[in-house]
Amino acid sequence: MLAARSISAGYAGFPALFDVNLEVRAGESVAVIGPNGAGKTTLLRVISKLIAPSRGEILFREKNLAAVPAHAVVALGIAHVPENRRLFPRLTAEENLRMGAYTSRKNFGRRLEQVYALFPRLKERRHQAAGTLSGGEQQMCAIARALMSGPKLLLLDEPSAGLAPVVVQAIFELVRRVCAEGYTVLIVEQNIRQVLKVVSRAYLLEAGRIVQSGTAAELLAAPQIQKAYLGL
Amino acid sequence: MSDIFDIFLLEAVLNGLLLGGLLALLSLGLNLVFGVIDVVWICYAELIMCGMYAVYYLYVQFHWPLLLAMAAAIGVVAVLGWLLHQFVIRPVLNAEPINQLLVTGGVLFFLQAAATLAFGIEFKNLGVTLPSVRVGEMSFSAARLVAFAAALGGVIALWLFLRKTYLGTAIRAISQDRAIMPLMGVDPARIFAITSALGGALAGLAACLLVLQYDIHPAIGLSFGPITFLICVLGGLGNMVGGFVAAFIFAQFIAVGGFFFAVEWGYVIAFVFFIAAMFWRPRGILGK
Repeated sequence: MLAARSISAGYAGFPALFDVNLEVRAGESVAVIGPNGAGKTTLLRVISKLIAPSRGEILFREKNLAAVPAHAVVALGIAHVPENRRLFPRLTAEENLRMGAYTSRKNFGRRLEQVYALFPRLKERRHQAAGTLSGGEQQMCAIARALMSGPKLLLLDEPSAGLAPVVVQAIFELVRRVCAEGYTVLIVEQNIRQVLKVVSRAYLLEAGRIVQSGTAAELLAAPQIQKAYLGL
Repeated sequence: MSDIFDIFLLEAVLNGLLLGGLLALLSLGLNLVFGVIDVVWICYAELIMCGMYAVYYLYVQFHWPLLLAMAAAIGVVAVLGWLLHQFVIRPVLNAEPINQLLVTGGVLFFLQAAATLAFGIEFKNLGVTLPSVRVGEMSFSAARLVAFAAALGGVIALWLFLRKTYLGTAIRAISQDRAIMPLMGVDPARIFAITSALGGALAGLAACLLVLQYDIHPAIGLSFGPITFLICVLGGLGNMVGGFVAAFIFAQFIAVGGFFFAVEWGYVIAFVFFIAAMFWRPRGILGK
């Protein structure tokens, strides 16, 4: 479904990604794991065209995204839950969801029901300003907002960041349910132990390069990962 | 004696209310543009001046029906707002705020000078006189009543648009987080262009109402431009609810102050209140 081919990218001459190759097949849930500053967020921003790669190309369902402007990516079927959630704080939860459905208005009512069924908590909070929601609720709202566009591929950037440990558990449970619903998911995480329980495959990104890839079980068992990231 | 005194005071209060509606409409477009695009249109009142000339020429010179001339004038100023954004604001969108002020200030003088060249300096008016409306002992200008009703209608229509439509929600959202709008499938440049046209259209509506009460000349923007800014700042620049409240406060100072002393004193009192309010709440009475 998604293929990144030899992607190099960076900010204002400061390179962040070097020759990254990655693939996500339909129905799969894939993680990109790695330490802070490895380039995980940059990779997602390249895929959703928020920044242009300096080299390489992104193919989504056989279509090259090179000429697609950032605001046309959602309509193709890629929804991106950005780092730090980035809800519109003074819009209500439901208005945030409406923004998520901007390119797909006909289906707003139906999708709203689906999303509320998945996150009943959001329905209770729907008239509340998004900025007043708790961290976990905000993350739910951000994921729900992305689902409102009816995506074929969901990009999740550090859904567990900045949340209390007990909430992190709940969010990973939600991510597991979203994957089980049949969405294709590409998730970027520092919380390696948790995310590898949720996804089927993963790539390890270090200092802008993919250094290892395999099934979640393989990576969990890899001595290098156990030593550097899992503290075993 | 005291009965008559109260009636005239009531008349002043009600006239203040009517003036407040017009001032609220004046501040609306400026607040909308600032709240969304974060740029102050110093030349806002000059856009209104252009709209007043548009009504005048279409109605007096080309003999269009008045309402049609007004509708067209709203369209003309909407286009001016859009042009202002595309050709003047867009190139300085990421520049220092002082540069943005200077370019729109430049447009102010450009429009004044262009209007002087094109239309001359003599005062023009529509020649439409709306009667006074008498209620008991009190009398109100019908032009003010119409302006108040239209201003209130404009405020409510804008509020519903911003609350109930996708486009309106996007206009509110973009002021909260410009950078992630593409992730929603929204092209920020398009929202800015639409907001600018909308700000222009509101200036056009204000022009249609002012032209019923005032003569038109190239410097007319100077007579209500400053007060429009003060109202916006008093309410909290970019805060449309604040601007609305501030407009009515300001109008009461002008009307009631003018009743107790003289009309000019009304303005003096209003401006003194403004300065005091800036010490008390520097970010506006409803500012955050």
